Amino acid sequence: MTKVHVTTTVNGEEVEFLADPRETLLDCLRDKLDMTGAKEGCGTGDCGACSVTVDGTLVCSCLVLGVEAQGKKVETVEGIADGEELHPLQRKFIEHAALQCGICTPGFLVAAKNLLEKNPDPTETEIRYWLAGNLCRCTGYDKIIRAVQDAAAEMRGAA
Amino acid sequence: MPKDELKSEYKLVGTRPDRPDGLDKVTGRARYGADFSMPGMLFAAVVRSPHAHAKILKIDASKALALEGVKAVVTRADFPDGLTGEDWNLQENTIANDTALYDGHAVAAVAATSALLARDAAKLIEVEYQVLPHVTDVDEAFAPGAPAVRPGSADHSVSSREVDLPDNVRHNVVREIEFGHGDVEAGFAEADLVREGTYKTEATHQGYIEPHACVGQMGADGRGEMWVCTQGQWFIRKFCAAVLGIEASGLRVTASEIGGGFGGKTTIFMEPLALALSRKAGGRPVKLVMTRSEVLRATGPTASASMDVKIGMKKDGTLTAARAVFRMQGGAFPGSPVDLALTCAFASYKLPNVEHIGYDILANRPKCAAYRAPGAPMGAFAVESLIDEMARELGLDPLDVRLKNAVAEGDKSSYGPTYNRIGLVEVLEATKAHPNLSVPLGPNQGRGVATGFWFNHGGETSVSVSVTEDGTATVSIGTPDIGGLRASIALMVAETFGIGYDDVRVNVVETGALGFNEPSHGSRATFASGKAAVTSAQSCIKQMCQRAADKWGIDAEAVEWVDGAAQPAGPNAGKFPPMTMKEIAETMGATGGPISGHNETTMDGVGASFGTHVVDVEVDPETGRTTILRYLVVQDAGKAVHPSYVEGQYQGGAVQGIGWALNEEYVYGKDGRLQNPIFLDYRVPVASDLPMIDTVIVEVPNPGHPYGVRGVGETGITPPLPAVANAIADAVGVRMKHLPMNPPKVLAAIKAKANG
Ligand code: FES
Ligand code: FES
Repeated sequence: MTKVHVTTTVNGEEVEFLADPRETLLDCLRDKLDMTGAKEGCGTGDCGACSVTVDGTLVCSCLVLGVEAQGKKVETVEGIADGEELHPLQRKFIEHAALQCGICTPGFLVAAKNLLEKNPDPTETEIRYWLAGNLCRCTGYDKIIRAVQDAAAEMRGAA
Repeated sequence: MPKDELKSEYKLVGTRPDRPDGLDKVTGRARYGADFSMPGMLFAAVVRSPHAHAKILKIDASKALALEGVKAVVTRADFPDGLTGEDWNLQENTIANDTALYDGHAVAAVAATSALLARDAAKLIEVEYQVLPHVTDVDEAFAPGAPAVRPGSADHSVSSREVDLPDNVRHNVVREIEFGHGDVEAGFAEADLVREGTYKTEATHQGYIEPHACVGQMGADGRGEMWVCTQGQWFIRKFCAAVLGIEASGLRVTASEIGGGFGGKTTIFMEPLALALSRKAGGRPVKLVMTRSEVLRATGPTASASMDVKIGMKKDGTLTAARAVFRMQGGAFPGSPVDLALTCAFASYKLPNVEHIGYDILANRPKCAAYRAPGAPMGAFAVESLIDEMARELGLDPLDVRLKNAVAEGDKSSYGPTYNRIGLVEVLEATKAHPNLSVPLGPNQGRGVATGFWFNHGGETSVSVSVTEDGTATVSIGTPDIGGLRASIALMVAETFGIGYDDVRVNVVETGALGFNEPSHGSRATFASGKAAVTSAQSCIKQMCQRAADKWGIDAEAVEWVDGAAQPAGPNAGKFPPMTMKEIAETMGATGGPISGHNETTMDGVGASFGTHVVDVEVDPETGRTTILRYLVVQDAGKAVHPSYVEGQYQGGAVQGIGWALNEEYVYGKDGRLQNPIFLDYRVPVASDLPMIDTVIVEVPNPGHPYGVRGVGETGITPPLPAVANAIADAVGVRMKHLPMNPPKVLAAIKAKANG
C-alpha cells in the first residue's frame, strides 16, 4: 500500500511521517513518532485513553486517520506540562491519588484540560458528563472528579 | 477529602505522600505493555476461531507466508506434546489443538514486519472447521445430556456416592465439592423462618483498560526475554516455560507498568505465541498486542453462576442453619471459583450448622481467570439477598441482623478455621453510626445493605533491601505496582529505618533479580511484599548496629536503632554520638562491605478483611433504570499505610460491583458467539453514572503484620451486588435474583408485580 507523507504539528513542534492510509492518528503518534503517552484501550472510540486534541477539538485519536493530521495542530499528554512545570491538573491528579494503574490518566488529563479551557468553573455534573467518554476501571472516578475540581479552583485563583 | 477515621501512631505509615511513580504517569512517560519496542522487532496477529465449538480439520498458511514481510506462522504443531493437568490447560487455551473450544480460541499466529501486515496475513490463513454442538449457559451445561465440552473429563467422585448424578450423564461437571459442619436439617427445624432461593449471575470481565501486550524474544537455544504487562512476572515465566517446554531459568521476564489487572493478568493468554513466533523467526523480537475484542473474547472473564441458598432464622434474627448449592461454569477448562465462592458465602456469620455443595462445570466459553475476590461476589449476591429478604419479612433491621450473627475473634468460621482478630463487628458499628443512614428517602428510592468478606493470601514472596552508598535505601520487589504499591512499600521501609519517605526508592524488578514471587493478587502485595520489606530492612538495621558496635568497640546487643541512627542502648553501653544511616553507609565498603537484607518466604499472618456497603438508589418505574444516589463503603484495613490508595481500592471495588450488578454481562448468541465484544456494548460504569463513593476506613490491626496491614484490594467488590439488589427491593418491592439488574429486567419485574 502506498504511504502518504504527512506534515503536522504535535505539541508545537513540526513533525513528519509516512502513514499507511489505514493507520490511525493514534498508531502514527505511537509507532511513527514514538509518542506513547496516548494509549489504545479499545480502538473503537469507547474508552478515551487515546484522547488528544486536533486544532483544539477533543478527539479519540483511534478514530482519526493519521493522514487527516496533515497541516493540523495536535496536542497530546506529552505537551501538557510546561517544561519541568506540571500543569495544575497533573499535580492534582498525583495529590488526590486520582490514578491507580494510570493507564487512563493521559486521556483524562487531555480531556479535563480541554474542559477547563472551555469552562473554568464546571459543576460536578458537568465534569462527570464531560469525562463520561473516558473509562477508568480502577478508581470509581471519585478521586478523578475531585482532582479536576481542585485544579479548576486553583486555576481560577479560588484555591 | 473523603471521610475517614484515621489516628496515626506512626511518623509516615498512615500519611498520604505523592506516589513516586506519579510524575511518569501524569506526563505519559511511564511505559506500559504496548509502549515497549526493540530494534528489529516484528509484530504478531492471532487467528481465532469464529465458532463456539468446532473440530479444526485443516490450517493452510501458504498464502500468508507468501506475503513479502511475513516471517513466521505458528500453530499447535510448534508446541510440545505430552503436557498434563493445568500445564496442558494453559497450553490448550494459548492455542487450540484439534478442537476450538470457544468463540475467540486461538488457532494460529503470524509475525510480520508491521502490525498492519500481520493483520492482513492473519486473514489469509485458511482454517477449515467442522462445527460441533456447543453450550454456553451454566444451567444448560449442567443439565444431563448437554453437549460434552470435553468428552471424558467428567468427574463425579463426590456425588456418585449419594447424589442423583449417574456417572458421565452430567458430562460437563469436572469437580464436585462438599463441606460443612453441624446438622443442617436439625438447624432448619429450630428456625422460626426458613426460606430458600435460586440466584444467577452472569459472567463479567475484569475490564482493565490496558489490553494484554508483550514483546517476546527467544532463540533456538530456548533462552529468551519477555517484556509484558502482568500482575506477576514469575507466573509468566513459569507458565510460558511449561507451555513451550523450556527451562524457566532460560526466560527473563520484565513486568512493564500495568494498566489494571484485577486478577485477569495473573496468568498467560498469548505470551507463549510471541515467544514461539520469535524462535521461528530466527530470534527476532515479536510484539503482540491484543485488541479489545480479543481481550473480551479470549481472556479473563469470571465465571457465571447459578446458586441455591436455604437459610433458617429465628424471630430475633439468629441464624440457625444454612445450605448453599452453587453451580459455576468457568469456560472450557476446570477452575471456576466455585470453591472460593462457597468458602466466602457464609464467612461473615456464626453458623452452628452449614453445608456447602459445589459443581465446577465446563462450557464453550473462554477459560475464566481470577477477578477480584474470585467467586465471593456471586456467593454474596445469593446469601446477602436472602438474608435481607428474611430480615424484612421478620421486620428486623438488616444491619442488626448482621451484627447479631457477626463473627469475631475465636469464632469458628463457616469454612472451618477459627478466626483470629478480625474487624467485622467494628465495621458494622461504624456503618450504623454513619450519617448516610439517616438521610430520608423519597418515592421510588430505597436503601440496601450488604456485607462481604475476603480472606486474603500470603503467597510466595522474595524481597531485598539494600542500604545505598549515600545512606538512602533501595528496595527490590517482585509484585507489580497497580495502584500505589511503591508508595506503600516506601512508607513502611522509611518508617522502619527512620529515614525520609523520599529516601527510599522502590523498584519492581525482573525475574533475574529476585527469587520467586507470586503476582500482585489475593490482596497480598502491600501485605506480603511490605512485610518482607520490613523484615529485610530490619536485617539491614541489625548489620548497621553491628558496624557501629565494631567502631565503638562494644557489643552489638548494646546498640539500638533510633530515628535512623545507631546509638548506645542506655548509659551502661558507653557514651558515643549516634551514627546515622548515612554515616554508616558512606563507610560500609571499608567496614565489612555492602549492607543488604533479604527475605524469602511463603508469607504467613494474613488478616481477613470484612466490609459493609450501604447504597441508596432511585428506580425509575417508567423505564426500570436504577440510579445510584449515595454509596458508602466501610471496610477494615487493619492499618491503612497510604489511606488515599486504600480509599481508592474501596471506591474502585464498589464501582466494579455496581457495574456487575446493573449493566455488565457476557451476551452469547444462539450460535455461541460473544455478541458484545467491545466497550460500547459491554458497558462498564462511566463517570456520569455515579455519585462520589463515601468511604470509612476501620482499623483493627492484623496481628500478623508489623504495621497491622490487612489486604484491602478485593473485599470491596463483594457487597455491591446484593447491596444494590436489596436497595432495589426496598425502593420498588421487586426482588431481582438474576444479574444484571438492567432496565429491561427491572421494568419487567415491576410490571409482573403490578399484574400479579
Ligand atoms: S482507544 Fe480510542 S477511545 Fe479507546
Ligand atoms: S487508574 Fe486504572 S484505569 Fe484509571
